[in-house]
Amino acid sequence: MGYEILGLPLIYYFAMIAKVLVAFVFVLLTVAYATYAERKIIGHMQVRLGPMRTGWHGLLQPIADGVKLFFKEEIIPSEASKFAFLLAPLVALMTAFISFAVIPFGGTVTILGYQIPLQIAGYYDTKLNQFFDVNVGVLYILGMASLGVYGIVLAGWSSNSKYSLLGGLRSSAQMISYELAAGLAIVSVFMMSGTLSLQKIVENQAGFHWYAFSSPVGFVAFVIFFICSLAEINRTPFDLPEAETELVSGFCTEYSSMKYAMFFMAEYANMVTVCAVTTTLFLGGWHGPFLPGWLWFIIKVYFLIFCCMWIRATYPRYRYDQLMRLGWKVFLPITLLNVVATGIWIMVVG
Amino acid sequence: MILPLLQGLKITLSHLFKKPVTLQYPDERPVVAPNYRGLHTLKVSHDKAKCVACYLCPTVCPAKCITVEAGEDANHDKYAAVYEIDMLRCIFCGYCVEACPVDALGMTQGFELAAYKRSDCVYKKETLLEKK
Repeated sequence: MGYEILGLPLIYYFAMIAKVLVAFVFVLLTVAYATYAERKIIGHMQVRLGPMRTGWHGLLQPIADGVKLFFKEEIIPSEASKFAFLLAPLVALMTAFISFAVIPFGGTVTILGYQIPLQIAGYYDTKLNQFFDVNVGVLYILGMASLGVYGIVLAGWSSNSKYSLLGGLRSSAQMISYELAAGLAIVSVFMMSGTLSLQKIVENQAGFHWYAFSSPVGFVAFVIFFICSLAEINRTPFDLPEAETELVSGFCTEYSSMKYAMFFMAEYANMVTVCAVTTTLFLGGWHGPFLPGWLWFIIKVYFLIFCCMWIRATYPRYRYDQLMRLGWKVFLPITLLNVVATGIWIMVVG
Repeated sequence: MILPLLQGLKITLSHLFKKPVTLQYPDERPVVAPNYRGLHTLKVSHDKAKCVACYLCPTVCPAKCITVEAGEDANHDKYAAVYEIDMLRCIFCGYCVEACPVDALGMTQGFELAAYKRSDCVYKKETLLEKK
């Protein structure tokens, strides 16, 4: 037990690997069944049934879809830039998963007398009696989200197809426009919490002091951040980069087989990540009464994922100029004002 | 501006709890109307087809899908030696049923007429005969 690497007990490293595996498997399973849930929920909202034939009530549908995509023919356009073409789905998928490293998905568990915080990039220092995690966690998430754009832009550029290129360009313009508003919405949270560490932000929200509902400025920030996140991960009503009707699914037009599946997974993994980030920043993370922390975290994330699907079933797609107008002329001024309002709120209310 | 958006969300949410209208077709059967014009049938009386091969049905048929050839049986009665309907050409208008003077032709509620071969879609007399 006394064995140490770099001043930390060995069990911390095992715990780290275990946490990575648990989080990874959790996200993968959620991604697989989010596709199923989406089809089911949208189906029922359109008074249909959704998938019913593969397994009981279509429960094996994600597996059937995966097997189908796996056995499809691999097609690489002869004029495509091969390296970038192969790199793009990897970039998209990796950046979607990697953000989960800093999200605290539960309280602490005690194993063999050691306290293990349920956050991949976090540990408990017994000598200093203090929790440590990445102290710029939110910046890290924003950075990874921006990197995800590269996957889509590269895919659009390297495919050598006009539809893909248009999709890629649209996505970069859209993400840049909405990242600003999303970033400014988070600024309100920073002002209230005074830290960039996700663990501390969650700690500050303990006891139902959720930032989304403890102040009107927090609520505005929450709503705008969630909407901007939808735009950043290319979900309806902002799914212009893939717009089936105009761009024949945009940046992934030329992709087939597993490479297409990776884009598909990246899209859903992004949705899970964004919902997890929103939960952490605005909905009190894993805090909640009666139930264990990790369960509260899952409930909140799944509720937000349901909201994403609900929104998809309700609204049609924005037009490109409407999208830009909404981003630059509506959300950006509101979030800027919200930052000022947050300052006043903190000064007046405390 | 925000209120209509929320109303939209309310509508979709209310639909989530409605009973789906989907018919699980091969397992659940649709209710076919009694006067549905489906697959034709040659009516049978005293163990033989009522058809007297008068040629009124192929004459009236707008799609020209009925082939009749008359024959003479042991009692010197005229009967349809060949009676074929090409279901690929038939438009299920029901004129043939209306034209029949001896009420020998009818239409059933059968609507599953798919086949693997085009030749299977030409229904012979034996398959058209009413099953008792």
